[in-house]
Amino acid sequence: MALHRGRGFAAINYPIGMNLGGDPSQALVHSNPDGKFTVALSAIDLGQGMKSVTRQIAAETLGVPVEDVYVDTADSDTGPHDMGSFASRGTHRVGNAVMRAAEEARAVMLEAAAEELEVDAADLVTDGKGNIHVKGAPSRSITTMAAAQAAQFRQGRTIAGRGIFLIPLSEVDAETGEMTPVSTFAHAAMIVEVEVDDETGEVSVLDVKSAYEVGRALNPKLVEQQLRGGAWMGMSHAAWETTEPYYPARDHGPVDFNHYLMPGMGDLAPHHISVLERPAADGPFGGKGPGEMCANPVLPAVVNAVYEAVGVRIDDLPVTPEKVLRGLRAQGGAKPKKRL
Amino acid sequence: MAKKPVTFTLNGRESAAFAEEGQNLLDFLRRSVGDLSPKYGCGQGGCGGCTVLIDGEPHLSCLTLAEAAAGRKVETASGLATGPVLHRLQEAFMERFAAQCGFCTPGMLVSAKALLDRNPRPTREEVIEALSGNLCRCTGYEPIIEAVLDAAGERARA
Ligand code: FES
Ligand code: FES
Repeated sequence: MALHRGRGFAAINYPIGMNLGGDPSQALVHSNPDGKFTVALSAIDLGQGMKSVTRQIAAETLGVPVEDVYVDTADSDTGPHDMGSFASRGTHRVGNAVMRAAEEARAVMLEAAAEELEVDAADLVTDGKGNIHVKGAPSRSITTMAAAQAAQFRQGRTIAGRGIFLIPLSEVDAETGEMTPVSTFAHAAMIVEVEVDDETGEVSVLDVKSAYEVGRALNPKLVEQQLRGGAWMGMSHAAWETTEPYYPARDHGPVDFNHYLMPGMGDLAPHHISVLERPAADGPFGGKGPGEMCANPVLPAVVNAVYEAVGVRIDDLPVTPEKVLRGLRAQGGAKPKKRL
Repeated sequence: MAKKPVTFTLNGRESAAFAEEGQNLLDFLRRSVGDLSPKYGCGQGGCGGCTVLIDGEPHLSCLTLAEAAAGRKVETASGLATGPVLHRLQEAFMERFAAQCGFCTPGMLVSAKALLDRNPRPTREEVIEALSGNLCRCTGYEPIIEAVLDAAGERARA
């Protein structure tokens, strides 16, 4: 009875967004009389940071401080239409829509400021701190709040913008089968090290090294945290989580959360992450989306590592102790493969 | 169904509400008292989302009868901040990006507070041990561990 170590490798390409009847997102941006901006979306933030990222994108495009932007994702009944937060599409699709809406709102904001300053809107720039001034003449300046108030109360102008980003449905060519389902791919490569106990069949993940290519990391700390959490979830899918763990008959199977296994704090493997930034040509400020692909490479890498450790090739997830033990029995014990 | 008045201290304030017979403390706090910070994750003692402190000790409120709180001091995540001033654990969670969806966060904070109250300078292993009953779906735990260690470090310096 022994513990066997193995290393496994996996590399993935991951498409951003989906191709079911077209993949649109919409955004609406408007200024309030205090010179702050509201971004209305129907895609929601479920912890991945979409509110933070769309807020940054709106602020950067409008040329106002990030504190002056509020992102409202409250209600899909009242917000502009969106396909939703899934398919790793948030940063790319929603971000692009927000950027377009903010560009349109910015143009009106500059027109309002131009009217107040009695200059041409094309000569105006924003300083990102809440001021609009004439290019090269910072003293010819007006605050975004004053411009918003002038628009609201004197000029009768709506500082607002609409944005939509649509990747249209790609039909399959009946002759060739050719199609273009997605415009952008993210990438990842990973090496994991596991230890397999040939007596109990248990697999522990000891170490994870990864490189993720996510386009421009619009919020590097959020990206890193999403990769870390997502890779943990991948590890969980690889070796723990299943609703059908090992019972031959369904009646004996699990019925509640107490039987649904997830790794806890004590099962963490150190994860060394490298983020590679290759800005996407059609992404907002080059962003793609770490989304689901943070979990994906972990599963094949763990399976490959188990194969290297004991020679058992598992093709049905997760890698439960029972499957490892059955595999070991079938081949007459651990047969480690040569190391990479 | 018979209702019983339960008088207790919630986050330092005298509180009273009616508990239904057999009602658990989680349901009592959320529905009868109106403190929504303890979360209903599993209702079975498996996730730690409902963790509250009773007389300083962490308890799973989904497995505790409401009446057990009578005359005791109950603390929840909503009592951590003092007015607008966040508890150092909350600050550290923010700094470390230790909340993603945030559903586990109140339970994590409360379990971590119990740890730091009895052991101001925990090791990494002690943090893991103290929080091992709290599940998180999003973060991969690492930033939570780091945040608790950060908060402990601050206390040691202060
Ligand atoms: S709700 Fe109490 S432990 Fe999950
Ligand atoms: S932050 Fe989502 S469960 Fe922990």
